[in-house]
Amino acid sequence: MDRALILDLRGVSYRYPGAAADALHDVSLALRAGDFHAVLGPNGSGKTTLVRVALGVVPLREGVAELLGRPAGRWSPRELARVAGVVAQREDNLFPQRVRDTVLLGRYPHLSLWGAVRPEDRAAVTRALERCDVATLADRWIWTLSGGEYQRVRVARALAQEPRLLVLDEPTASLDIRHEMELFELARGLADAEGLAVLLITHHLNLAARFADRVLLLSEGRAVAEGPPAEVLTREAAERVFEWPVTIEPFQDRPQIIPLRKRKDHA
Amino acid sequence: MRWLGLGAAAAVALALAIVLGPTHVAWSALGSSEIVRSLRLPRAILAFLVGGALGMAGAALQALVRNPLADPFLLGLSGGAGLGAVLAIALHLGGPWILPLAAFVGALAAMALVYRVGLVGGAELDPRVLILAGVAVGAFAGAVTTAIVSLASAADLRNALLWLWGGLSGASWDAVLVVCVYVPLPLGVLLAAARSLDLLALGEEPARFLGADVDRVRRRVYVAASLLTAAAVAVSGVVGFVGLIVPHAMRALWGHQHRALLPAAFVGGGTLLTLADTVARVAVAPRELPVGIVTALVGVPVFALLMRRWTAR
Repeated sequence: MDRALILDLRGVSYRYPGAAADALHDVSLALRAGDFHAVLGPNGSGKTTLVRVALGVVPLREGVAELLGRPAGRWSPRELARVAGVVAQREDNLFPQRVRDTVLLGRYPHLSLWGAVRPEDRAAVTRALERCDVATLADRWIWTLSGGEYQRVRVARALAQEPRLLVLDEPTASLDIRHEMELFELARGLADAEGLAVLLITHHLNLAARFADRVLLLSEGRAVAEGPPAEVLTREAAERVFEWPVTIEPFQDRPQIIPLRKRKDHA
Repeated sequence: MRWLGLGAAAAVALALAIVLGPTHVAWSALGSSEIVRSLRLPRAILAFLVGGALGMAGAALQALVRNPLADPFLLGLSGGAGLGAVLAIALHLGGPWILPLAAFVGALAAMALVYRVGLVGGAELDPRVLILAGVAVGAFAGAVTTAIVSLASAADLRNALLWLWGGLSGASWDAVLVVCVYVPLPLGVLLAAARSLDLLALGEEPARFLGADVDRVRRRVYVAASLLTAAAVAVSGVVGFVGLIVPHAMRALWGHQHRALLPAAFVGGGTLLTLADTVARVAVAPRELPVGIVTALVGVPVFALLMRRWTAR
């Protein structure tokens, strides 16, 4: 392994203030440059909490979380934003904005307090727009975009940060097949061609199985399994975690999970 | 081009404020007139600074509390300031310095109270709680103010009422000096937070992941905007609508990047209040209207018009 270790979580635990149980318990994950890892699990299994812990938004209860060798909690927001780009689950658009301006927000961590936007910042914005195939939308208003275009613009903003780690938190929720595939292909391409470490949180087990190098399956804050999709996504594990009967069909050497109808398919 | 237009508007507003007035001053005498030098000029400058402070504070607060309806007085500051001033009037504490000081102290007390309530879990400033706390503190202060006014004598009542609607008739070079010394620091703090305010419009977590130190920015912007408002109230009473309409008009022209928006809101607010004050002086001369009435009479229709244009889109 000569690729740089980007994100290293070792036995991390976190409990929300006042909660009775850990939201995340003894979870480990190692992400190197060029890796594409997916985090899977039911709603409330701790996927988003994992991101918060990994990026130092909340303090650890136990374990070690390191980003580029430095503890996650010791990065200032500004420093962190130069190495990690995050497309969060939700965000607001309080004021109307054009696509190019919203992608320019990704350059803010690189700008000095009183300094103006430099030519290299504009170049980075243009590169990011082109990389995500949204350059033709640059002058459109955000609210006129389709769901898939909007998500690609947000990925472009994260790329404008010129990060080494890209975190995507359920980026394809409510997207149709084409836009979903475009986003997974984009993320995979960024890992392969640009050497980004990509951490993708998703409910799409089958796409995760096909695109990701490794997957982490979470349930109630604990890691059920971590490894290559074929080893993690077994029938037993999936049924236990998602509490629904399934069958596994391999497709191009990757496991594909098919949920069963409760009566008819059982025959 | 936009800046040129705004600059021209500001220059015209200041020129009108100096040329127009109940007493006619000949063009040739403008430079040497005592009326211009000791009354109109300081008053025009003070109106410009106060309007600018209110406009910029409003623009920053709208981004901070993530509510386009926010204005400097939504957060209870006017209530506190009004209470302080009316208390001073009722207690017959005379002197040109007492009233502004009492208003300033009242505004600061309201700010401290709202800030304390708005702090959730010891450190985080929650914008939603902040608005609720502001409305509650403002309503309480308003009730106490009304109680005091209803018990006051007729002459005191008139004074208090005029003050509550704002006015710059007490303008002097001293007041200009005080504002000039006091205002640059909070203005600088707001300008330094401009890019973080752009990010905050996306929401707390996205802003953090784009490098904003969310908690620190919120605390700074709240305190700086409140201090600006308190100073404005101290020298001019409660002048409504400038901090609400001006940021919206400037957003329509400049977009939402606060590095350009905040200075534009300052110049725009200054221009509006200078014009409004000129109208207040001239419209019913030799008497004078509280300037807050003029800003409301101009502001409400303009605001309604803007709202219609946006919702039609």
